Amino acid sequence: MIDFSLSSDITNARTLVHVAAETSMRPLSREYDEREHEKPMEWLTMMWNASKGLVSIGSDRREARSERKPSEKQVRMAVVIEELSWGDAGLYLSIPNPGLGGAAVMAAGTPEQKERFLARFRDGAPKWAAMAITEPGCGSDSAAITTTAVRDGDQWVINGTKIFCTSGLMAVEKSEGFVVVWATVDKSAGRGGIKAFIVDHHTPGMTVAKVENKMGIRASDTAMLVFEDCRIPVENILGSAEVQQSTEGFKGVMATFDATRPIVAASAIGIGRAAVDFVREVLQSEGVEIRYHVPTTKLTTVERDFMDMEANLQAARLLTWRASWMMDQGIQNSLEASMAKAKAGLAVTQVTQKAVELLGPLGYSRKNLVEKWMRDAKINDIFEGTQQINLLIIARRILGYSSKELS
Amino acid sequence: MVNFQPTEEQQLIRASIASFAQERIRPAAHEADETGFIPPPLIQQAWELGIVQNTIPEALGGAGDMPSALTGALICEELAWADLAIALHLLAPRLVIEPVLALGNSAQQQQVLPAYTGATFTAGTAAVMEPRFGFDINELATITTRRNGDVILNGTKCYTPLAAEAQHLLVYARDEGKVAAFLIPRDTPGLVIGEREKNMGLKALATYELILNDCRLPASAQLHGSLSPLLNRSRVALSALAVGVARAAFEYARDYAKERRAFGSAIAQKQAVAFMLAEMAIEIDATRLLTWEAAWKIDSGQDTPHEPVSAATREACLAKNYAANMVLKVTDNAVQILGGHGYIRDHPVELWLRNGRGFATFDGLAMV
Repeated sequence: MIDFSLSSDITNARTLVHVAAETSMRPLSREYDEREHEKPMEWLTMMWNASKGLVSIGSDRREARSERKPSEKQVRMAVVIEELSWGDAGLYLSIPNPGLGGAAVMAAGTPEQKERFLARFRDGAPKWAAMAITEPGCGSDSAAITTTAVRDGDQWVINGTKIFCTSGLMAVEKSEGFVVVWATVDKSAGRGGIKAFIVDHHTPGMTVAKVENKMGIRASDTAMLVFEDCRIPVENILGSAEVQQSTEGFKGVMATFDATRPIVAASAIGIGRAAVDFVREVLQSEGVEIRYHVPTTKLTTVERDFMDMEANLQAARLLTWRASWMMDQGIQNSLEASMAKAKAGLAVTQVTQKAVELLGPLGYSRKNLVEKWMRDAKINDIFEGTQQINLLIIARRILGYSSKELS
Repeated sequence: MVNFQPTEEQQLIRASIASFAQERIRPAAHEADETGFIPPPLIQQAWELGIVQNTIPEALGGAGDMPSALTGALICEELAWADLAIALHLLAPRLVIEPVLALGNSAQQQQVLPAYTGATFTAGTAAVMEPRFGFDINELATITTRRNGDVILNGTKCYTPLAAEAQHLLVYARDEGKVAAFLIPRDTPGLVIGEREKNMGLKALATYELILNDCRLPASAQLHGSLSPLLNRSRVALSALAVGVARAAFEYARDYAKERRAFGSAIAQKQAVAFMLAEMAIEIDATRLLTWEAAWKIDSGQDTPHEPVSAATREACLAKNYAANMVLKVTDNAVQILGGHGYIRDHPVELWLRNGRGFATFDGLAMV
């Protein structure tokens, strides 16, 4: 039966996280936007201790725990992450957790790999994991990557340069984390030659060459990683032996995105909601009423814009919940995940830009956070599959085309 | 707990409406638009589906189904996918049935509802819209005055479907600052049902102007209670209909784009076209979900009056406005994807664009 109500479990979690976001993230928001390459370690440690079970893409133990009742894990995650991102998207992204690298291990790793790399996220000091796909010469076209992995006895030798690696610095130099690196074992095989490799923190031959200066999400580090004859154990190739023999390896890691795209969408929505909430408060304090039930021809521009913002954001949220719900139900959701990501990325870009416009000097000033949210929002239309890549995926699905037929 | 799956019963209803829509309504749509005439056997067959009259209580001869905005939304989408004008014709009796069910006293229900439980299609309708700039259902220009306990109605209405054949006619008017609804007998002195209207779209739907010139009604003609929930049901119906029209246009353009070749490949293989289709698909799904959410809010009792508006009113208005924009964009894109062929009436996309343009204008033209 169609139902848009959240379970009490989820609403309780949302309330809890909202309070944390409001009281512990918002006060740090501006500071760590301005102090770009510093980290609020006290807060990050607190989040590491408090939210391991709430935020991260689960490790085995959590999986087992959630099997007791009909799963609403992904919907819950979407709701919780919206709250965290409402607090601050940059800080949310820098919370110590298995992140994208962990998601890849969860999606494609062997039981041994899951234990070896994910168990460490259960205790000890804060840790991060990262994913390294993009290179200076290729982004969305991930099949074109040039980083190589060459087998040498019981080791893989990795050479190449990776950029735009979220939490890369924290994962490989500042904690006992790891990074999942995409590399080709056979350039002539194209996509089929691309495999993912798990490189542990502080592995010799891997260096953080640069931490980027960004438009937004400045609290989160975005690293360039250089691999020079970086040697890793042969068993660190992601996935089972059979997977490694076929293009399934690539597909397996691509499948990671079916799970992570709705999460990115949820995070985007959190930023958009922060902006909508702020605009609503300002309008209320100025006595500007939003007359929902009045025909559009009679509304002021501000009312029309504000209603558009709300509807746009809600549309994105419902698409996100649907993609998450499908995953909880075990229904294939590649199409819906991409729809949610494409819609949310664009919606929050539009919503936050409109918020700055509507608020005028209040919006453009760094005294308020609205301008920051606009800067933070934009990345959601770019990372984890740009708007255009998601449209391409959606188009292929609805048209029944392969990547060859529609490129 | 969040759930995006209709009940099994709703899925069955949707499937049966969808097959009727595909097999019977869609093949009749083009000719109905060209001639302005819907074949009576089609109307009769649709009547036999029971989608209009099933919410009438058993005591009055109906099936006694619980009214559900969500089920209504599912039905509306499928019917409008086939043809909006025919859908609005088939659903027109609900414009009087649902308000009488929701607000009518037992005398009013006795007076109106049994007429719609028979074996043949019975027309009923409501007059909501007015032919003037700045039309606003909350500030109607059709007004009431009171004289010796009677109500006098004055004003002009437009887009009243099936008014010429309707058994019962409900007129919305401004009454002491609020919107109110009155059952008006067809033979009321001063009531003039004008010529059939000629519109840009909906050519198969017979709509009429009504002139109310000192129409005197007993006070008992009024439906008492808040009309706000009914207006929300109308907004949800219109949103769902818009989704149906948009889906029709999307599917047609998608199939055409896969067939039509240019520069050595199908035009669907060009990103310029493929991305348009992807965006259309996203927006259709987004609007459907907004519509379902508004319907769910109505069905789950979140439509209790609240200052300034109820949750259902807010969602229904947002969904309706969003749907009106979406359907225009999607149907326009569909015409664009077909290029010159889209402009030719042999293809249905221009019809869907003409119908789609109306949603920003339509108010109270359908009811779930």
